[in-house]
Amino acid sequence: MAEAAIAAAPAPRLRVDSLWIAPPLLILAVLFFYPLGLIVRASFGEDAPSLATFEQVLMSSRFLDGLYHTIVIAVSATAGCLVLGFILSLIIAFVPFPGAKMAGRLIDTVIALPTFLVTLAFTFIYGSAGLLNETLMHVFSLDLPPIDFLYSQWGVILAEMTVYTPFIMRPLLATFSTIDQAQIEVASSLGARPLRIVRQIILPASLPALVAGGSLCLLLTVNEFGIVLFIGAKDVITLPLLIYSKAIQEFDYTTACVIAVVNVVLSLGLYSLYRLAIAHFGGRRAGLV
Amino acid sequence: MLVWSKPWRIATWAVAVPLFLIIYGLPIGVIVLASFSGQWNDILPSNMTLVHYSKAFRSDSFDALKASLLTGVIASGAALVCGTWAALALRNFKTMPKRVLDLLFFIPSAVPSVSVGLALLVAFSQPPFLLNGTTWIVLIAHFVLISAFTYGNVTAGLARIPVDCEQVAESLGARPFYRLRRVTLPLLLPYLVAAFSLSFALSMGELGATVMIYPPGWVTLPVRIFALSDRGAIFDAATMATILGVGTLIVLAILSKVSNRAAVR
Repeated sequence: MAEAAIAAAPAPRLRVDSLWIAPPLLILAVLFFYPLGLIVRASFGEDAPSLATFEQVLMSSRFLDGLYHTIVIAVSATAGCLVLGFILSLIIAFVPFPGAKMAGRLIDTVIALPTFLVTLAFTFIYGSAGLLNETLMHVFSLDLPPIDFLYSQWGVILAEMTVYTPFIMRPLLATFSTIDQAQIEVASSLGARPLRIVRQIILPASLPALVAGGSLCLLLTVNEFGIVLFIGAKDVITLPLLIYSKAIQEFDYTTACVIAVVNVVLSLGLYSLYRLAIAHFGGRRAGLV
Repeated sequence: MLVWSKPWRIATWAVAVPLFLIIYGLPIGVIVLASFSGQWNDILPSNMTLVHYSKAFRSDSFDALKASLLTGVIASGAALVCGTWAALALRNFKTMPKRVLDLLFFIPSAVPSVSVGLALLVAFSQPPFLLNGTTWIVLIAHFVLISAFTYGNVTAGLARIPVDCEQVAESLGARPFYRLRRVTLPLLLPYLVAAFSLSFALSMGELGATVMIYPPGWVTLPVRIFALSDRGAIFDAATMATILGVGTLIVLAILSKVSNRAAVR
């Protein structure tokens, strides 16, 4: 009896302590999970729940087109970010140039700034009356702007690459700083050429950071809204933009809710991928913690 | 050092430095340049002017600046309190429930901002919560979107602060609230400042959810920039973008100074 009493004694205290989680949890439930639940309910139609709206929307060409663009843009931008981020980090970490520190700081700055700023800048650089076109027209005395990719999905992909490459570089640079420089020096003194060192030492070591950073990038590019809205190309519609135009411009809330549910499921899937990547490699090794 | 021969190293730099400048320096440069230009019909702007800046500090644009700053401070403050509270409370839990609750607090960061905006629009346009068309709905959206980041930052901070200080305080008889106020929170201060900075920067740049729900009287800076650029007033848009960028960076720089000083103490 006495033993049982001693064993039971701390239990009530623990239960009272765990009640402290209630207020933030309640706030999260009312402000986030309740609204999320409502769009799921709304996506099944106003009256009797049915899958009719779902079927109708999922089969519509606008939705399929949006899904296609979302995936193509996200995958290409992420691939571009991985390549560009790997090369830039490699140079900053292993072929340090004067001002490499500044470059690192510039990358942190880019992460802190809103994404659509890059699109605005691109209008001035690559737009039809932008810096590049005006220069080319002057040099080659052309009448029409020769470069015209900004208002297509290539413009979106390039803008997203610019904005999200720092998200790859941060964990990569953290990983690179843990690689033993002596290992590289020994390898190169034994006659290994730079490409071989990258392939056999640096790439395997940075795999966790690349996987974690890449999946984060994929999540962010699937959900990117500002860049696509600012480019405003008529034939580049992604899922977030489709939700916006359905709800705000056409007042078609049911369709918007269906697309939002698909978008949320897609990004939760990608988020699980990201968490799995971190759990598998360990946050510290991925350079994310 | 990966490249040993000098010519190769110089060749690498000759490619890397311009590449870097074109990708990251040029966009920032042209926005700032455009914010000062009166006309830009040639390769470079033909005359420089401050007229966009004087416009920026008047009427609608200035209201947008105020709205963004207030939204950023209020939403980040609320998210900081809520996130710190949740992170501290979660320390009382065992592995499994802890992992589930941890995931719940992280989920808002994984949901697209436009969908969060739509969800709030649907939920708060009907009873029992009628908030559509008020400033509250913008504050709530920003709070929801940044709460996961503050929570994450504070949790990471809690994992790093030394446990023994708190244990010593407890063994010396400090009551839980006293311990929290005098030991845990001061130790956590650098992480709290970092969490606030991150949320503030995110809130200042938030567009996806805000554009779905903003009432006419509470237009934030990103929404205003979009309206300007959509209307073709790209120089004014560039000016507001410069103000947004510079303003955010100044606040971040001040906060990082504060955080460093707190860490030294």
